[in-house]
Amino acid sequence: MTIIDPTDAVPAQRPGDHDNTGPLLEVRDLHVEFQTREGVVKAVNGVNYTVDSGETLAVLGESGSGKSVTAQAIMGILDMPPARIPQGEIRFYGQDMLTMGAEERRKLRGARIAMIFQDALSSLNPVLSVGFQLGEMFRVHQGMSRKQAKAKSIELMDRVKIPAAAARVNDYPHQFSGGMRQRIMIAMALALEPDLIIADEPTTALDVTVQAQVMDLLAELQREYRMGLILITHDLGVVADVADKIAVMYAGRIVETAPVHELYKRPAHPYTRGLLDSIPRLDQKGQELYAIQGLPPNLLKVPQGCAFNPRCDKAQDICRTEFPPLVPVTEADGTELPGRASACHFWKETIHG
Amino acid sequence: MSEKTIERPTTDEAAIAKEIEAEEKAAARQASLLRDGWADLRKRPLFIVTSLIILILLALAIAPSLFTARSPFSDGFCQLQNSMTGPSSGHLFGYDVQGCDIYTRTVYGARNSVVVGVVTTTATTLIGGLVGMLAGLIGGWADALLSRITEVFAGLPLIIGGLLIMSIWGGGDVWSVSFIMAILGWPQVYRIMRGEVIANKYNDYVTAARALGAGSWRIAFRHILPNTLAPVIVITTMNLGVYISAEAALSYLGIGIQYPNISWGVMISDAQDRFLTSPHALMFPAGALSITVLAFIMLGDVVRDAFDPKMR
Repeated sequence: MTIIDPTDAVPAQRPGDHDNTGPLLEVRDLHVEFQTREGVVKAVNGVNYTVDSGETLAVLGESGSGKSVTAQAIMGILDMPPARIPQGEIRFYGQDMLTMGAEERRKLRGARIAMIFQDALSSLNPVLSVGFQLGEMFRVHQGMSRKQAKAKSIELMDRVKIPAAAARVNDYPHQFSGGMRQRIMIAMALALEPDLIIADEPTTALDVTVQAQVMDLLAELQREYRMGLILITHDLGVVADVADKIAVMYAGRIVETAPVHELYKRPAHPYTRGLLDSIPRLDQKGQELYAIQGLPPNLLKVPQGCAFNPRCDKAQDICRTEFPPLVPVTEADGTELPGRASACHFWKETIHG
Repeated sequence: MSEKTIERPTTDEAAIAKEIEAEEKAAARQASLLRDGWADLRKRPLFIVTSLIILILLALAIAPSLFTARSPFSDGFCQLQNSMTGPSSGHLFGYDVQGCDIYTRTVYGARNSVVVGVVTTTATTLIGGLVGMLAGLIGGWADALLSRITEVFAGLPLIIGGLLIMSIWGGGDVWSVSFIMAILGWPQVYRIMRGEVIANKYNDYVTAARALGAGSWRIAFRHILPNTLAPVIVITTMNLGVYISAEAALSYLGIGIQYPNISWGVMISDAQDRFLTSPHALMFPAGALSITVLAFIMLGDVVRDAFDPKMR
């Protein structure tokens, strides 16, 4: 019987760890488009963001805003074709992943950058036991034996607080509850202690109490390992406690960035304000709940000027003709607000009333 | 005090402890997919009956001399004066038109039937499975090309294809018959495999495996393949029976196994002319064939029910 020393859990020195500079992840001017029969769908149109170690970036947006596509582009799991990345850079510790070879990227996936998916039931292979799937991480990336890998799997299941891990390691995904399955997904993503984790709506498929548990677990593990975390969600409630900064996406663009509490306090984009106003609040009980009118834009023909203008109650003529770039947001007196930016012609009016 | 008792069940620890207890109880019944399936299978009466029949059949095929003291290949085995004599105490199945003991010939005929069934099924599963997997995984032009090639083979009816290949290469033994049926039969497995691979390769767990660093080979064989196996296993088990009866059909028409080789199909073919006057010569080999085919087809059903985790 092999006894696994817990100190083994410390990852081996990885080549290329410190020979490059730059933030953990930097996305620069990323564009993604899809060739379809109806034409070219521009899903992501120039997204920029950075994530540092130990930092949590929440990417917020409706369905079709390009938040998941951005994540898939970072992971390198877009189906190409039909997807295409006409321009942009995705730098991991300064190294552009889009110019890397396929094999080099595969080695990064799972080991250095991992992803947690929305629906854990469909993301786990139904005919393989969870222990096998967890252990696969170690066997593929570290060449461990089956026995060692199984021992590590049990350890991981313990770490994500699955009761009776040793007894359940040979169970199949359908034998677990939704929350437990999502914990297994998290365990798989965490297995090799990656530098960056992308969580694509990790709690959407769970009920509210389990949501909180899973988010707490994720936040706790992230702190423990000092990982970077990109949290993709459309749930503002999930974000508030966990994220450090927020990027709000609309029609494939980032329309506002801000530190998390700043954003809640003073949104600088009408879309963000609309999102915040649509959260049900106890003190408005009995009143009609606010909703942003209209539908997300058709990405085949994004409206001219500001993409949000047909739904915006503040829209003026300029919004229909001129595209608003993402500009830094300042206090009324010109004091800088670090990390804040908005892509609205009228951000001043929006933030300062 | 009362405050504490109210609070207790809501704490995490109590909940977890409770859960652990339940889990540990459940742990006893947890087993691997194979063991689960096996445990499930053993409890089904249909499985016991069919596997008994198949075991007997295998024994017949491997050691026919255990079941009969006579040998159909010995001199004087057939005595014309016995032609078409009905069943009697020493010869339970009676004699055929040549005066050969039908029981002995049925026993010895099992081997050829089983060999043809096993060889053909293995060949069709391997060829069809491999080509189908390639077509499904690569998709695009490879899929189109392979599917057209498959259609050529699928388009040939078994009888005509059999006649054609027989008249070109001759044959008349188990290998030539298996070859013909494998060539014409693999498109069926191909279609099932290709369909299953396509249905599975866009599943989330494939994306997830890719996102966690699995390579193309690993995804194909470790993740997609096991998910496609259930229908393939079922069709394979059933095909064993189907090919055994197809061999009989070919032999019956004189394009399968031929004299001096023995097979149930040949025996049925020989007996058909005199069915009205002496039905026993037809009924015994035909009965053996029916029971065998039925056993394999029912086994296929039971195995599917037991081993497919998605069906539980």
